[in-house]
Amino acid sequence: MKKIKLPLLALIASIGIFSFVNDSGDTGKKMPSVQIQDIDGNSINTGELSNDGNPIIVSFWATWCKPCRLELNTIAEEYDDLVDETGVKLVAVSIDDERNKSKVRPVVDAAAWDYEIWLDPNSDLKRAMGVNYPPQTFLLDGEGNIVYSHVGYVPGDEQKLYDEIYKLTE
Amino acid sequence: MKNLLFCVFTLIVFGAYSQLGKGGNVTGNMETNVQYLNNDSLIGAVAPEQKVVMNSYMNVNYSVGKFRAGARFESYLPSIAGYPNFYTGTGIGYRYAQYAGDRITVTAGNFYEQFGSGLILRSYEERALGLDNAMDGASIKFSPVDGVVLKGVMGKQRVDFIEGNLVNSEGIIRGVDGEINLNSIIPNFDQSDFKITIGGSLVSRYQAASNDTLILPKNVGSYGGRIDMKYKRFYLNGEYIYKENDPTQLNGYIYNPGHGALINFGYSQKGLGILLTAKSLDNILFRSDRTIEGTQAFINYLPATSNNHTYNLAGTLYPYGTNLFGEVAYQLDVLYKIPKKTKLGGRYGTDLHMNVSLTSGYERNTDNADMQKRRISYTAKPFQMTDSVYNFDFNFHVTRKLNKKFKASAHYFHFVYNNNVNPITKLATGYIHSDIGVLDLSYKINKNHTIRTELQGLFTKTDRGNWATLVVEYTISPNWFFTIIDQYNYGHPEEKLQLHYVLGAFGYTYNNSRFMFMYGKQRAGILCVGGVCRPVPATNGLTFTFTQSF
Repeated sequence: MKKIKLPLLALIASIGIFSFVNDSGDTGKKMPSVQIQDIDGNSINTGELSNDGNPIIVSFWATWCKPCRLELNTIAEEYDDLVDETGVKLVAVSIDDERNKSKVRPVVDAAAWDYEIWLDPNSDLKRAMGVNYPPQTFLLDGEGNIVYSHVGYVPGDEQKLYDEIYKLTE
Repeated sequence: MKNLLFCVFTLIVFGAYSQLGKGGNVTGNMETNVQYLNNDSLIGAVAPEQKVVMNSYMNVNYSVGKFRAGARFESYLPSIAGYPNFYTGTGIGYRYAQYAGDRITVTAGNFYEQFGSGLILRSYEERALGLDNAMDGASIKFSPVDGVVLKGVMGKQRVDFIEGNLVNSEGIIRGVDGEINLNSIIPNFDQSDFKITIGGSLVSRYQAASNDTLILPKNVGSYGGRIDMKYKRFYLNGEYIYKENDPTQLNGYIYNPGHGALINFGYSQKGLGILLTAKSLDNILFRSDRTIEGTQAFINYLPATSNNHTYNLAGTLYPYGTNLFGEVAYQLDVLYKIPKKTKLGGRYGTDLHMNVSLTSGYERNTDNADMQKRRISYTAKPFQMTDSVYNFDFNFHVTRKLNKKFKASAHYFHFVYNNNVNPITKLATGYIHSDIGVLDLSYKINKNHTIRTELQGLFTKTDRGNWATLVVEYTISPNWFFTIIDQYNYGHPEEKLQLHYVLGAFGYTYNNSRFMFMYGKQRAGILCVGGVCRPVPATNGLTFTFTQSF
């Protein structure tokens, strides 16, 4: 058993290096197909996400994650203008498990977010999209290709996201 | 050998991928945590002989058309502080192949699954805590028509990872689950304001009998149903699960049946959310091996009924976890946004959140008990509380944006923690009362630079006495963050233990890659640094973390 560890480690290292070097390689990647539900209990095939050829933001968050809520609150302030100017749609994917899943609706409504809300209580979509920890935000172009993603949120990060959206709609 | 074959398989898949060019999709992530640990007898941190420890993971998913396969490489050399130390070595801890058609999904190998609320079955992973009860077997999901989902799973469960090898449970789990959205299948009902979904599950475990004195059930069944209803702004959902007699090491080999019930009732409109949660659990913990104790081999998930606190002092000193024997709990959440441009709400509005939860012991009626012949130690009815409080948690939060640059929030917590029932400290007995206040201020210096501070105080007359915490965080979007945290246990009854726990951290984020260095003393709990939250164990030393998704 010991003998196979070296090649295994080498494999891990090489994939790691490959992926880091190829870091901008989000381009051309699509949303994976996972069956989850939206907040109203409708079945969603995540691979079929579309927005009439306009960009889509997919943001992973949780009710207990302060930076996540700060990010979504910040975007909410500009959201109406963004939608008018670019046609963008934001899908907020809650990874809250059963402990907090029922709090998603009151949190969303109290914050008055106009986003599409998906529930991913067993992290199926989170796993399929390679998300480590929330928040992580993806931007999809009109054809559904993932063109940008960012992990974490600090004030100001939204500007980079807006720039990327405007780049798509120019 | 199995691992070797899998490596070869993975390489072929990668080879094929590079040949195909844009033919497939590779997604995944990696995380590496390396620590250099010091001994610290004062805070009780013990460095291992190796001094340097590492956890490393990489998930790779490959998909082409309707086919998907993936694996997770794991490495514990040895595992980082606070992590389950039975995880050792390097190897493949998770691997699967999947076909996902339009109406049918078939998975072989490892998979994660949840039936309903998880009260009957939930295999999931909480990597930072070392929890992983992935199934290893086969699963099928079938949707004959829109609105109907049928699931079947069978397999063993991950219980350990030794010398790079996945170790599965002795018991085999078999489960079926069905869910019907009545609005989708009843003609003309889809436009109704009344939405209703019903579901039911059956899960059973097989494990050979291993006891000389007792006749143990080899097959233990568990079943139940759930309902989810919505009418305009009101919603109500609930699940009830019954478990047949399941004598285990933990319950002292009693032959009592068990039950679990969860109910959520809510009202929600723009600017206002109200949620009432009720939970009743008795002897419902279900494991894939009746002899295992600790946190491994859970088949089902028993959620805690309280807020998940992330401020350091509120989240780390007296956090409440579900009592595995059973409990009754109630929780109320009220969220309200005082409208913007009003006298009270200010220019941007003000967010209020009140949360209160009470957890108590379970009424165990011993009148009909029969330990001699049937080993039934008591009988129980759902939602019968005792006056033995396990945990009480009241918390109130006010958040307000004062102007374009300045944001402030104030938080108050009152906890009553029963240290006799769920011992968390040796310095106190009975109820630990604590009050916590937090002031969180954030100032945006310019477009990219923000400074944020947290002032926290915890006040208690028992245990380690009063605490104060200061957090200062400076962030430069989109790349850098710098943080200093000082937790000061100024009220400790022993003067030499009135310690500062100082932790400094900085990190760099580039799109979906991120690294972070941390140095200092750290308490266990959920830590939010530079915009990302994760649960962490107690340490004293240097920690390097690298995460990347691709």
